Amino acid sequence: MTWLPDVASNLAGKVDGLLWIITIISLFFFVLISVVLVYFSVKYRRKRDDEETPYITGNGTLEFIWTVIPSVLLILLFVYGFVVYKEMRTAPKDAVDVTVIGKQWLWTFEYYNGKKTLNELYVRQNRPVRMVMRADDVLHSFFIPDFRVKQDILPGRYTQLWFTPTKVGTFDLYCAEYCGAGHSAMLGKVRVLSPEAYDIWEKGMSVDGQAVASTLPPAELGENVYKEKGCNACHSIDDSVLIGPSLKGLVGRAGELGDGSSYIADENYIRRSIVEPQGDVVKGFQPVMPSFKGILSDQEIDALIAYIKTLE
Amino acid sequence: MADSTIAANAYIPFLEKKGIWSWLLTTDHKRIGILYLVSISIFFLIAGVIALLMRFELLTHNADFVSPHTYNVLFTLHGSVMVFFFIVPGLAASFGNFLIPLMIGAPDVAFPKLNLGSYWIYLLGTLILLIALLQPADTGWTFYTPYSATTGTDVILMTFGVFVLGFSSILTGLNFIVTIHKMRAPGMTWHRLPLFIWASYATAVLQLLATPVVGITLLLLIAERTLGIGFFDPAKGGDPVLFQNFFWFYSHPAVYIMIIPAMGVISEIIPVFARKPIFGYRAIAYSSLGIAFISFLVWAHHMFTSGISELAATIFSFLTFLVAIPTAIKVFNWVATLYKGSIQLHSAMLYALGFVFLFTIGGLTGLFLGALAADIHLHDTYFVVAHMHYVMIGGTVMGFFGALHFWYPKWFGRMFNESVAKLSWFLVFVGFNVTFFPQFFLGVQGMPRRYATYPEEFEPLMSLSTFGSWILGLGILIMLINLISGLFKGEKASQNPYGSLSLEWQVPSPPPLENFDKIPQVTEWTYGYGKKQVPVQTGQGSGGLS
Repeated sequence: MTWLPDVASNLAGKVDGLLWIITIISLFFFVLISVVLVYFSVKYRRKRDDEETPYITGNGTLEFIWTVIPSVLLILLFVYGFVVYKEMRTAPKDAVDVTVIGKQWLWTFEYYNGKKTLNELYVRQNRPVRMVMRADDVLHSFFIPDFRVKQDILPGRYTQLWFTPTKVGTFDLYCAEYCGAGHSAMLGKVRVLSPEAYDIWEKGMSVDGQAVASTLPPAELGENVYKEKGCNACHSIDDSVLIGPSLKGLVGRAGELGDGSSYIADENYIRRSIVEPQGDVVKGFQPVMPSFKGILSDQEIDALIAYIKTLE
Repeated sequence: MADSTIAANAYIPFLEKKGIWSWLLTTDHKRIGILYLVSISIFFLIAGVIALLMRFELLTHNADFVSPHTYNVLFTLHGSVMVFFFIVPGLAASFGNFLIPLMIGAPDVAFPKLNLGSYWIYLLGTLILLIALLQPADTGWTFYTPYSATTGTDVILMTFGVFVLGFSSILTGLNFIVTIHKMRAPGMTWHRLPLFIWASYATAVLQLLATPVVGITLLLLIAERTLGIGFFDPAKGGDPVLFQNFFWFYSHPAVYIMIIPAMGVISEIIPVFARKPIFGYRAIAYSSLGIAFISFLVWAHHMFTSGISELAATIFSFLTFLVAIPTAIKVFNWVATLYKGSIQLHSAMLYALGFVFLFTIGGLTGLFLGALAADIHLHDTYFVVAHMHYVMIGGTVMGFFGALHFWYPKWFGRMFNESVAKLSWFLVFVGFNVTFFPQFFLGVQGMPRRYATYPEEFEPLMSLSTFGSWILGLGILIMLINLISGLFKGEKASQNPYGSLSLEWQVPSPPPLENFDKIPQVTEWTYGYGKKQVPVQTGQGSGGLS
């Protein structure tokens, strides 16, 4: 059925079972109530103004029936919801941990072998994985519809969730807890790799086990970086101003910094803004950009600069 | 049913006096009701226009009409104004004020001056809000920390406005509780009371007990922002989830502050236009109290994904399912009241039937959100947006519109154009469903709420929702024009145009200054419709005759 999203984790099918049961029960009661409502409204429509009506004030048996039947159904729904929830909240012992850091408006993922990715979570098909999550600033929420998992992320405390991805492919990751101006741009991708592809990725030989990024022309690679590493959440490539300055026509732009000094955007300025973003904040903007030092490779920074140069 | 003959020559309608001070210094509950009615209606329209702007932005998936930040400000304003300035005071303050003394056979509320004071406090709160609009917050109406503690927009003024409003709510609740206890006419026993009074009573208890908590919470937030005290800031040993606990401890009962009066309205409209006694009087009356009580114990169902413990989530899920039971009982009883009736589809009745239909959808979709594992998927998606609007518009606003059309002739002494009223009902009903029904599917698909921009795959349903909002807006506009023009051009209303047995219809329209010439002597319950000689069946639920 298309009204439900893709079933791509071990938990998805179980949540869908619950969704279906509630849907069926709800539809039954909805149809029952509306049919009776419309039927009575038509059948007993006032035809003459002096119509006589019976004096019926209630019926104990009916009250009993329509109290008990819904009560029993409601308790069953509660139990069903609880049983699936219990499984959702109990990670298997062999689950591999990934540290998730939510920050306005980026996702960072840290793997056990020291690898770090930005806005892209790499997981292996059919291997349970547990997200250990914290926020750096305000609340966020980690939500993958195709996996039916969601968990808020808090500063100063770890929260967790787990799943076993069952389908190879790319799935959407949303921030589901309102976190400010870039909330709707705080999007990520979950890349579920086959065990073979995952092993290749894990050894760092290439991204995705597919074409290595470096074979792309710099400007094209830069465009990918711009979209995939979350630059687009805050920096537009047209005239609009989001959280940060627009990148359109950035190279050669001159202006004033927050501390009153002036700047001219050359390659070094752009590079410094990426690795030490708190250093030169353009006047009128907040120092909110995280450092991409260690997250973007030198090659990716070169490519980004090449891409920005094309934005005239 | 009641002995309340009015000497014709002594009749001075309460609307007689003119001039601004006759309104601003009035202690007449009917005039204070009108003051609230006008105020909340203005805020309803403001917040409604903001909603239309939001939906216009969401017509396409890009931010092409306003910036994401502006969108965030818009949904914050829409939510805060609708919730705190329209729907919480809403029916309770407007129709509650107008109807409670009339229905129980009293000349006014217990503390008329306090009642006026409550309205002045409400005005003060709205004034603060209007100033806050100059530099509006972008936190959402829920003001969640740490975002609300750190954002650069002006959160303090807005929350302070809401804080001030709270006192109006508390004092009104107190006033109504005392009024219902002490001012009932002789013979108006608890089990003869109109169900709107039972509903108002349950609401007043909630207002009195829950509102202080949100006031304290918002003060703590203000203290955190101004004095840097870390109640909710983990860096200073605070807890952001504590804010959510505090906030929902008020705001969940507040949901019932919003909906219970509307349920009371429906329980008044249906018997009159079906010409039948209300079915299961005691079941409906006690379920109002039951809902009010359980509503204090379910707040954390807003927080299943927030990081609360699994045990807490499980307990709150169970209690949430319990609150569905009294709600279901009410719906069944309303439908059963129609059985063998003589049903007149007056516009007020259409709103009441629309309420039952839409509120049923709102209630049933609540089951998805109460069930733990399903809520994990649906929480903070458009499913919640749709569910909440089915309860708040499909429920409360339909009840509000129903009340407007039902008591309009009594309150203003004139009639509106019934055909136009039916047309606007139809547009509101269709527009509402086109706007919000697609949002259930969007939510199941995973579309998160509070998104200024959204993935392109959601665009068809999002656009459909926006088209629906235009139909809904048009319907409300036509309704408004119809009701306002009725005030000036409508024909004079008779004392009791629908043949109601309730006390407020036994006085002239509009009612005289002190309501009753002589305090009525009540001998029977309010719902004695139908031919009593041949009682078809009386059972446990037939309480009224005690």
